[in-house]
Amino acid sequence: MIALLIVLIVLALLVIWVIVAYNGLIRKRNRVDNAWSQIDVQLKRRLDLIPNLVETVKGYAAHERQTLEAVINARNAALAAPSSPVAQEQADNLLTGALRQLFALSEQYPDLKANQNFLALQEELTATEGRVAYARQYYNDSVLAFNTAIETFPNVVFARMLSFTKRDYFEAEEAAKQPPQVKF
Amino acid sequence: MLDLIAANKRRTVLLIAAFVLLTVGVGAALGFLVGNGVLGTLVALGVAAVMAFGSYWKADSIALAVSRAVPADPETYKRLHNLVEGLCIASGLPKPRIYIVVDPAPNAFATGRNPKHAAIAVTTGLLEKMNRVELEGVIAHELAHIRNYDILVATIAVTLVGTIVLISEVVIRLMWWNGGRVRREGDRDNGANPLALVGFLLLLLAPLFARLMKAAISRRRETLADVSACQMTRYPPGLLSALEKLRDDSTVTHSATSATAHLWIEEPLSGVRDQGRLGWLHRLYATHPPIEERIALVREL
Repeated sequence: MIALLIVLIVLALLVIWVIVAYNGLIRKRNRVDNAWSQIDVQLKRRLDLIPNLVETVKGYAAHERQTLEAVINARNAALAAPSSPVAQEQADNLLTGALRQLFALSEQYPDLKANQNFLALQEELTATEGRVAYARQYYNDSVLAFNTAIETFPNVVFARMLSFTKRDYFEAEEAAKQPPQVKF
Repeated sequence: MLDLIAANKRRTVLLIAAFVLLTVGVGAALGFLVGNGVLGTLVALGVAAVMAFGSYWKADSIALAVSRAVPADPETYKRLHNLVEGLCIASGLPKPRIYIVVDPAPNAFATGRNPKHAAIAVTTGLLEKMNRVELEGVIAHELAHIRNYDILVATIAVTLVGTIVLISEVVIRLMWWNGGRVRREGDRDNGANPLALVGFLLLLLAPLFARLMKAAISRRRETLADVSACQMTRYPPGLLSALEKLRDDSTVTHSATSATAHLWIEEPLSGVRDQGRLGWLHRLYATHPPIEERIALVREL
């Protein structure tokens, strides 16, 4: 009689443990998915800021057409890029390079540099690039937490059975590791 | 960095455990001297808990009102809002309310009972004197306080201090009113019991130890917040540079009181940097580790 009771208690504890562990893994996995879409949100936000920036610069430096066009082309390329991470990153890198050219340009035009609109946009773009970086960082942190959770004992026992698979980290591609060129 | 954080959390737990032990010891001393220790301890714990958690619940509004903080307008303080938003993305926290304190001394604090009801305040002095990465480091430190539930930890510490103080005061008064005898009429005379003396000493010294422990916990959490902040930004030089600027700046924050001292990033109470004869005593009560120590730690990250 006692033996049966003990077995039942042990079984109950096991079930509770599995439920708690499973919920934890679900939460971590959802965090990873959310973090991934966060990156896209910030990238899109950056793309949205660009037309405004180009218009402001045109008002002061209209004859710097090459630089302005480079920015616009890079933006369109980023919008049209296929979803593969490599293509996205290359487009992203191109855009960063073009933007750096544009901001370097403002050094030669003191009026532009002092323009409130331009300064506000510069602040917004810097902040958005920061947000993109932080979103990627948060994604990697979430992936770390999730991978650790499914690989450590005791969760590893049932993780694969319930189709929890490892996620990949966001890694900078080789091309993106080169700093963008700024040419005067 | 992650193991430093884990180590710090362990030390906090140890400190709080020691605190609880002290409370139990005081309760036992009370029981021994007065005759009903358990009830007395529970009552004291209950009263202290109600007071402390009542103030914890309203922690954000109280701290903000005392410091005369005003909400930060998103248009005027665009950079501040942007930095906070970026760091909230990095840490997964919801964005806290942001306030400004008009004060020429550079300082900042965070408050709020959990990440959903949190608030951060920065002084105008901080905004003027820090550049972008330094400001980011300071904000990361404050957000780290919120994320690590430091307000809750501080409230627990304050509750335990309150309990110990209450018990000690009650027992000492009881003994005083009874003319030194604490047993009721009819008990066997135990006047020569040496444990009574130990209990009495414990009661006298416990409030002191309790306050020292509370200060020690506060210092631990400050170090934890520094390390967490660097993990959030992945850029220790930002916070490092900010700490160095804080060290070199000698303006005193006027908007802080001793009650809110532990919330600010830099020790706002004057006298803690004394090198004189009582300097060590001041340092025991310091709510923040010495700034040189903080700088050395961040430099190693």
